[in-house]
Amino acid sequence: MSGLLAIDTTTTACSVALRAGKAVLCRYEAVGQGHSRTVLAMVRAVLDEAGLEMTDLGALACCSGPGSFTGVRIGIGVTQGLALGADLPVIPVSTLATVAQGACRTHGAAAVAVAMDARMGEVYWGCYRRRGAGVVTAGEEAVVSPDSVVLPGTGDAWLGCGTGYGAYAEVLAERLGEAVTVVDPERLPDARDCLALAEVRLAAGARGVAAEDVVPTYRRNRVTQG
Amino acid sequence: MRVLGIETSCDETGVAVHDSARGLLAHCLHSQIETHARYGGVVPELASRDHVRKLAPLIREALERAQTPRTALDGIAYTRGPGLAGALLVGAATARAMAFALDIPAVGVHHMEAHLLAPLLEADPPAFPFVALLVSGGHTMLVQVAGVGRYRLLGESLDDAAGEAFDKTAKLLGLGYPGGPAVERAARDGDPGRFRFPRPMTDRPGLDFSFSGLKTHTLNTARREGDAPQTVADIARAFQDAVIDTLAIKCRRALDETGVRRLVVAGGVGANAALRERLAEVARRRDARVHYPRIEFCTDNGAMVAHAGCLRLPGEGSRDDAFDIAPRWDLESLAPPGDAVTAPAAGASAPGAGSRG
Repeated sequence: MSGLLAIDTTTTACSVALRAGKAVLCRYEAVGQGHSRTVLAMVRAVLDEAGLEMTDLGALACCSGPGSFTGVRIGIGVTQGLALGADLPVIPVSTLATVAQGACRTHGAAAVAVAMDARMGEVYWGCYRRRGAGVVTAGEEAVVSPDSVVLPGTGDAWLGCGTGYGAYAEVLAERLGEAVTVVDPERLPDARDCLALAEVRLAAGARGVAAEDVVPTYRRNRVTQG
Repeated sequence: MRVLGIETSCDETGVAVHDSARGLLAHCLHSQIETHARYGGVVPELASRDHVRKLAPLIREALERAQTPRTALDGIAYTRGPGLAGALLVGAATARAMAFALDIPAVGVHHMEAHLLAPLLEADPPAFPFVALLVSGGHTMLVQVAGVGRYRLLGESLDDAAGEAFDKTAKLLGLGYPGGPAVERAARDGDPGRFRFPRPMTDRPGLDFSFSGLKTHTLNTARREGDAPQTVADIARAFQDAVIDTLAIKCRRALDETGVRRLVVAGGVGANAALRERLAEVARRRDARVHYPRIEFCTDNGAMVAHAGCLRLPGEGSRDDAFDIAPRWDLESLAPPGDAVTAPAAGASAPGAGSRG
């Protein structure tokens, strides 16, 4: 059975997760901007723990954003380098979906409204519903002002998670009212949830893409004043 | 030893394969000129975005063109600095991870060392010692090179780099981007006698440069004289003459002060034909010789990084999991291959630094 390795460096957390048979081996650390010192050491640690080599893997997964621009690029750069070196396909996974999957895992949520602090008075916003072992998107991901976020449809009991609920607590509370119960305003993405979402896609027949076809998702494209 | 070289320090994504026995096997380049043209200069975040899109395809392409399966690589070299932090990180992350997966060593090379050793890629390479003039959009420096890793800084720009002055001048004259070729083109039709611009810092001893005053002088002249096409050409000519004269005067002094008879010119401004003519004249009078890398290796490229990597990997290659970058990195801190290299100060290499979303 070939292993699956997932990597996330898109926020101030750094994490990796490795599926080796029935076991999932994980590393997670709040590193601030220290991903470049940490991520490959984490990969080595889980491989060593499982007694696997890169050549024993069947695929890679990575969070492809949105998140910190530099963090997104480190994760994609590392993933592309590993994929080119070991000739592996890659399954890119949304950072927001990964956060939602984490909320489902720890809180048993059925519907999750993720708001991640995007700085500059905005949040990365995405809504997800649980389906099977994973989550599916409800509406499109966007970078928006917290006073203009929109919940898709009505009737769901949404759980709110992500750093946006900490940074813009009052604005979001006013905007969303009782439709969202905030449970996890500090949640960051964790590669174990990226791994879970990638496995759902593999089980559904996805094969992943070549290294050069992994592209960052920034959401914010207004980066110059020109 | 066969090495993959990766350059992402500024606005060119370059990848090459160099073999220490067989020479350069392939090199691929993606220039971001179009991305930055409308801004008249490099926008760091856009540069980083372009690097991460182009690097993996270029690696694949370079290996194919070199007919080198990835498992035949002995090491990977990447530009560790100096340069733009976010751009450097893309190359460092990809290179270190690829080396990790292949279980081969990687090494972070100094961008300016790669440039000044680039003429060694040519069929008739200069012998050591030589004096190197590095002139690009980011750097203007004169370096005495006694051997690989034995560098003495003779002089450098105290403000704008020469290439930067070309870019800014082109922008204010409405000539387009990149400024070097644009000013050179316009200057061809210019009257060399109409304006005479100052030659900064040539009226005193020393090998340092300063170009920001020249830029201001150009701006003032342009405001005073208007923007008729002939006037623009005349100003471009006066500006280019002043820069080239200044560079030539300092090169002449450097050759005289060091007693060295070989001059190496590297960096994008080294592609300027008028500069080449002028330096040939300087050299002729001293029985010296000027060496250039081929034009495509004057500007940033992966070949020079792969080449420097071949020299640095045996002594300094590592399988380290951590990677860092050095946006500021003193060239003189380098040591000959195999010796310990002085690491830049902690504040100078900032992993993860750069714009954050």
